[in-house]
Amino acid sequence: MDKRLSNLASEAAPFMARDRGRHPPAYAPGYKSTILRAPREALVSFESTLSEKTGPAFGHNIIGALDNDLIRNFAKPGEAAIGERIIVHGRVLDENGRPVPDVLVEYWQANAGGRYRHKREGYLAPLDPNFGGFGRSLTDSEGRYWFRTIRPGAYPWPNGVNDWRPAHIHFSVFGSGFAQRLITQMYFEGDPMIPQCPIVRTIADPAAVAQLVAALDMANAVPMDCRAYKFDIVLRGRRSTFFENRPEGN
Amino acid sequence: MVQHLDRLRETPSQTAGPYVHIGLTPNVCGITGVTPEDLGARMVADGVRGERITIRGRVLDGAGRPVNDCIVEIWQADAAGLYNSPAEHRGRADPNFAGWGRCAADEEGAFVFETVKPGRVPGPNGTTMAPHVSFWIVARGINIGLHTRMYFSDEEAANRDDPVLRRVVPARVPTLIGRREGDTVHFDIHLQGDGETVFFDV
Ligand SMILES: [Fe+2]
Repeated sequence: MDKRLSNLASEAAPFMARDRGRHPPAYAPGYKSTILRAPREALVSFESTLSEKTGPAFGHNIIGALDNDLIRNFAKPGEAAIGERIIVHGRVLDENGRPVPDVLVEYWQANAGGRYRHKREGYLAPLDPNFGGFGRSLTDSEGRYWFRTIRPGAYPWPNGVNDWRPAHIHFSVFGSGFAQRLITQMYFEGDPMIPQCPIVRTIADPAAVAQLVAALDMANAVPMDCRAYKFDIVLRGRRSTFFENRPEGN
Repeated sequence: MVQHLDRLRETPSQTAGPYVHIGLTPNVCGITGVTPEDLGARMVADGVRGERITIRGRVLDGAGRPVNDCIVEIWQADAAGLYNSPAEHRGRADPNFAGWGRCAADEEGAFVFETVKPGRVPGPNGTTMAPHVSFWIVARGINIGLHTRMYFSDEEAANRDDPVLRRVVPARVPTLIGRREGDTVHFDIHLQGDGETVFFDV
């Protein structure tokens, strides 16, 4: 199949190079856990091959009816998680601005008091018996996802003597290719803890930090029920394949 | 002035943190009843084609200590060299093989995948890549997921011609070779320091 004259970024096209300056560096000593976990050698770069241009797909059949409702998916029948009720919604897009449909978005968070349901977690804030803190969605044909939850609390963590995480929700996102695999965190508009956080501060570019802050979206709030936040996620885009790069004579 | 490229910027990565299991392997950390089974726990179904293998390894930090809170994901072709992906246009992969697996490391930093040996896959410019498995590692202290590959010690000739391995300085190539022992392939990942694994920018 000759694609040399095609200007379409086909599903099998290579990804545009990752702008590593926009991401946090592996070694960021203000976040102490990176010190022994950051590779010190240079990454070896190569353009994505079939192994990175392809990636797993998940069917809508894996998504349960309450998977995107953290207020109820761990609660006893008739009960609900405690906290400020919110909807989080947005689109998964690629760098070309196209929606990314049918991809898995997983999310997890602390409860309203800032406590995670995890065996290694020892913060003194209590567990909420009706809150698990896990959910997932598949994006629809326009790349949209949405879920209902409670606003997580801030929590202290062992880094500096008095370091606190701003309220945040963790996200894991798949694209159509394994090279797009991304884990990130969503913060909340107006939170004064954001600029103080050593993990946020691993990102050098203020515009990149702003991309992680969800906007309060009162137009999509449900009156007398819950407020909404909008959080779009951008995955790497595939480059156009106008001319394929072939050795001379081929 | 100049026209706009009309391009969005990739969302920056942030660490998966110490509680990544809540989101990626909820049943492993006791959040049961939300999903029946953790995704990626089973890669093969009955009737899978190819040679069954077990990949075992540990993830270790720069002090040689186990990274006991990481998640390892792998992605590979089926025995015929086809990916089970909508972006695979060369044919249909084995329906009994997912190609993707996910494992939470245990207290020793150990992971295990029951899978099949992948076939060869075309590389750039008419080359053929040696059989390999793509790895992606996230954890507390890892700011952006780490990509690497495992090749096979019983594929010396194919490895010599592999277009990706040829980009790696020869002294570091052994960090990318899984050691085959019967049906088991051993592959440790060193995040830093002596024998630091080669990680890729792909
Ligand atoms: Fe967190």
